Amino acid sequence: MLRIENLHSGYGRIEALHDVSLDVSAGEVVALLGANGAGKTTLLRAISGVQPVTSGQIRFEDRRIERMPAHRRVLLGIAQVPEGRQLFAPLSVEDNLKLGAWTRRASDLTADIAGIFAMFPILSEMRHTAAGALSGGQQQMLAIGRALMSKPKLVLLDEPSMGLAPILVDQIFNIVAQLKRSGQTILLVEQNARAALAIADRGYVIETGRITVGGDAATLLADPRVQSGYLGV
Amino acid sequence: MAELLQFAFSGLTVGAVYALVALGFTLIYNASDVINFAQGEFVMLGGLVTVFLLAAGLPLPVAALLAVVASTLVGLALYRFAIEPARGANAVTLIMITIGASIFLRGAAQVIFDKRYHSLPPLFGDTPIRFGGAAILPQSLVVLAGALVIVVLLWAFVDRTLFGKAVLATAANKLAARLVGIDTRLTVGFSFAISAAIGAIAGILVTPITLTSYNIGTLLALKGFAAAMLGGIGSAVGAVLGGLLLGLLEALSAGYLSSEFKDAVAFIVILAVLFVRPQGLLGRARVERV
Repeated sequence: MLRIENLHSGYGRIEALHDVSLDVSAGEVVALLGANGAGKTTLLRAISGVQPVTSGQIRFEDRRIERMPAHRRVLLGIAQVPEGRQLFAPLSVEDNLKLGAWTRRASDLTADIAGIFAMFPILSEMRHTAAGALSGGQQQMLAIGRALMSKPKLVLLDEPSMGLAPILVDQIFNIVAQLKRSGQTILLVEQNARAALAIADRGYVIETGRITVGGDAATLLADPRVQSGYLGV
Repeated sequence: MAELLQFAFSGLTVGAVYALVALGFTLIYNASDVINFAQGEFVMLGGLVTVFLLAAGLPLPVAALLAVVASTLVGLALYRFAIEPARGANAVTLIMITIGASIFLRGAAQVIFDKRYHSLPPLFGDTPIRFGGAAILPQSLVVLAGALVIVVLLWAFVDRTLFGKAVLATAANKLAARLVGIDTRLTVGFSFAISAAIGAIAGILVTPITLTSYNIGTLLALKGFAAAMLGGIGSAVGAVLGGLLLGLLEALSAGYLSSEFKDAVAFIVILAVLFVRPQGLLGRARVERV
């Protein structure tokens, strides 16, 4: 579904991604592990088209998309749950969800919104509340719900557990597992490597802008480099 | 009492125009973080284009409509050819660009039209209406009603349509807007177009009272900016409130102190806001939890 080949990207003259290659097949959950500043978020931003690419290819369902504007990539079926939620803070929960379906030009979103509320009942109670006034966990749920409203083929999840209390982290990972069971393709960026690899089919480790290890989740869990660097074994 | 009423009415009339200019500032500022000092030029264009099309033999409604369309196109061109190419530049650079655009538009208007003052026929004649001892021009009521209609329409558009919400979303978080698939060039461009149209309509409505000329834009932009700051920059309700308040303050100080002070009021207001309440009367409430 997604194939990235020899991708380079940077901020000004500082290169943040060096020769990154990675692929995600339909129905897979792929984890991308790495420390702060390793380039995880930059890679997701490049896939979504909000970060310029200097060279290399991004293919989505066999179409080259690395020069395509961000809004057209959403139309193709790539949705991102960005780091730090990035909600439309002054707009209501319901409006945030409606805007998530912006590219679908659907006239009636009632059923879709009901589907999101079924997944996150607490959001239903707060449907008229401004998104900026939600708690961190609720904001994360809304960010996930907003991305799902576009009926994406691929979801890019950036650090969904960041800054949340442990009980909420479990809840968010349950949702990711639930999405996986429904067949949703996900590229999951996480610092919580153990939780991410428990859900993922495969994983990659990114270090200072380079993919250093890649393989099945079970293989990665057993890999001594992953164990010492990211699992604290 | 009659005197006070008289001053209040002329203040509210001018204030409605300031309010519309301030609303234009707010729309563009929210969508793109640009303080558009060419905002007053839209008011000038609306009035002058109508005057010259009317002189060319077109009926007033057609001339007015074409003037709004022309100003809207100028607003779009300002975004497309001056602001968009400079995206990512810092605030001061962007302000410089809009000041440059303002000087350019003023110069162009001086060449295309002329340097004289022009008026338009008032919509309902110029026999003043007597009210509580004060004389009110019918056109004053037209200006106030026009401003009210624009504010209500704008509110309905933003609150009731998904495109309006996409414009709000772009203003709230541009990165997120791009990530949900909103073409932000479209929504920001739209904000420039709407601001220009609002400015032009204000210009057409007020020309029968205040007259228009190629150079009225500069002072209007500064006063609209003062109004936006007074109301709290970024707040649409604040912009309208700030505009009306500034108009009243001007009219009252011109009436009770001296008309020489009239234009100074806006600048005193800017200073007072900066010293006393930098976020303005209705400065953007921070409801964001991080």
